[in-house]
Amino acid sequence: MGKDMQQEVLIEVKDLCKYFRLSGKETLHAVEGLSFQVFRGETLGVVGESGCGKSTLGRCLVNLYDMTKGEVYYNGRNLKEYKKQPLKREFCQKVQMIFQNPYASLNPRMTIKEVVEEGIKLYHKTLDKAELEEKVVDLLKTVGLGKDHLSRFPHEFSGGQKQRIGVARALSVDPEFIVCDEPISALDVSIQAQVINMLKHMQKERNLTYMFIAHDLSVVKYISDRVIVMYLGTMVESAAAEELYESPIHPYTQALLSAIPVANPIAAREKEEIPIKGEITSPINPKPGCRFAGRCPHAKEVCRTVDPVLKEVKSGHMVACHLY
Amino acid sequence: MQEKMTDYILELKNVSFSFHTYGGVVKAVRDVSFSVRPGEILGIVGESGCGKSVTAQCILKLNPPKAGFFEGGSILYKGEDIVPKTNQEMRQIRGDEIGFVFQDPMTSLNPTMKVGKQIGEIIKKRKNITKQELRHQVIDVLEKVGITDPQRRLNQYPHELSGGMKQRVMIAMALIGNPKVIIADEPTTSLDVTIESQILKLFQKLSREFHISVILITHDLGVIAKLCDRVLVMYGGKILERASAEELFYKTAHPYTRGLLDSIATLETDKNAELRPIDGTPPDLFSPPIGCPFAARCEFGMNVCHKKMPDEVELSQEHKVCCWLQDKRAPRVEELFQKEWSNE
Repeated sequence: MGKDMQQEVLIEVKDLCKYFRLSGKETLHAVEGLSFQVFRGETLGVVGESGCGKSTLGRCLVNLYDMTKGEVYYNGRNLKEYKKQPLKREFCQKVQMIFQNPYASLNPRMTIKEVVEEGIKLYHKTLDKAELEEKVVDLLKTVGLGKDHLSRFPHEFSGGQKQRIGVARALSVDPEFIVCDEPISALDVSIQAQVINMLKHMQKERNLTYMFIAHDLSVVKYISDRVIVMYLGTMVESAAAEELYESPIHPYTQALLSAIPVANPIAAREKEEIPIKGEITSPINPKPGCRFAGRCPHAKEVCRTVDPVLKEVKSGHMVACHLY
Repeated sequence: MQEKMTDYILELKNVSFSFHTYGGVVKAVRDVSFSVRPGEILGIVGESGCGKSVTAQCILKLNPPKAGFFEGGSILYKGEDIVPKTNQEMRQIRGDEIGFVFQDPMTSLNPTMKVGKQIGEIIKKRKNITKQELRHQVIDVLEKVGITDPQRRLNQYPHELSGGMKQRVMIAMALIGNPKVIIADEPTTSLDVTIESQILKLFQKLSREFHISVILITHDLGVIAKLCDRVLVMYGGKILERASAEELFYKTAHPYTRGLLDSIATLETDKNAELRPIDGTPPDLFSPPIGCPFAARCEFGMNVCHKKMPDEVELSQEHKVCCWLQDKRAPRVEELFQKEWSNE
């Protein structure tokens, strides 16, 4: 961040809401009133606990879900326009997704070659067989797999390798924006590092823009330029990664950061934790007011009745809290 | 805490445990020995497939006898070997002496049974007590694990509880028989960080206040650092390093432990530096390597590492490591470790 001040906005999100209708009068408010921008070439981290709507957000941005309210502009064009051909075709090429579970997101009946070449075939119709295979092998090489893997099936690979195949599949159409939805949470630590390194490498090489969704705060800090913290569908804070981790403002962010387990016994035992009581409340038919009010140690009367608005406290540091 | 060398409550001696599968025999746990002191928190850390869960399960003989079997070794609980015990005799130990907390609270509770009944069921069969007494005991144990409003919770079904609450119920079930040891298999893996820290505090309370030994199985070094007195590092079915938490993190001796510590991204990790993963994948336990299981992925791997499993070398009273680098003839690399650590 801050390399050049005039950054090109790739995605503009305005007041995005996504509700799911449940039975009867119940509505699950998965994402509520999110507004932010994604700049070209950056990694935007999204953190939050399970059920905070971070995956729903990712799915809205790649047009997998229809949003209930609000607008999203990709390259200046409304996402709704990308729903119909011929723009849909262009959108699918530019925007890709890497899924959380590498075990479930690859078709078990397709060989790796078929998985990866499916996308290339769509956008390069003139290639003959040999050229196609060359392209696939090139792609596999960039993610650290070899030619001998081509005719294998997904079950023959380990978790880390499967996730690499998922990355190769996403890259096969030459995208510019990739939503990584918890790409490493199903992997062992020693394998996680391999995948993160690869993702960073790809980004540099291809000038990719990432939205990196994860619940592992340390990894998000490492990989992201800017970070959004979500709580129960709302955005509570957003800032440059360094800034957010050094001086978190929102009580939830502070508690979340203080709860990270550190792999250093002395530091871990001396670390002062900000206790937060209770657990996440239900996102079904939420009451007005700050969603965190019930667990917040500083909650006042106003927190329980009025929705906090997002304010810019410092340059680039936004927070939604009545205390500021 | 460290000085008093009280008797061990639980001792595993050269335990090997394998499974029959269609593909052959999987040697999941190979020659594992360790002991647990009263009131301590012992961590077992390792990646998936390293045998940490099987080690825990075989202590209580939770695996069906046809599929899994002991290849050797003994498990001494209060000095008595429990390996030859029958299933009937094991029932006296499960729950009453050694409790078990499973990884996934969402699937380990019976969805059709109210929480209170589920907890009470464990002691109802053994102790002849009245309904009122049972109810009291269940409420007591629910309070002990920090569940608010236990009277109401008793009559709820598991689906009405959140993930953290369910895990508390699981712990309550493990506690109600007043066990001396609790084995917790990845108790916080499926929970969020803020809830995780609440549950970890609960384990700390159990160990410090009620003097219950906790065997905590996890893959998260952060959890180990926060909670454990002593740690075992497992890989490929074997224990490669054992130490007090401080020694493990600050005087790391095994290259695998070092690799694990290096590969995690922490808050202090430099953004521009690359992470340092451990290359390769864990060994195939159908035909485990005869030498050190980590040899193939180890950056310091020597010829001897592939041929013979190293003996355990004692570095200090609490710190033992299985590595050929500790041999007198091996090149010295600990200095290298130490240097890297101080650079960070």
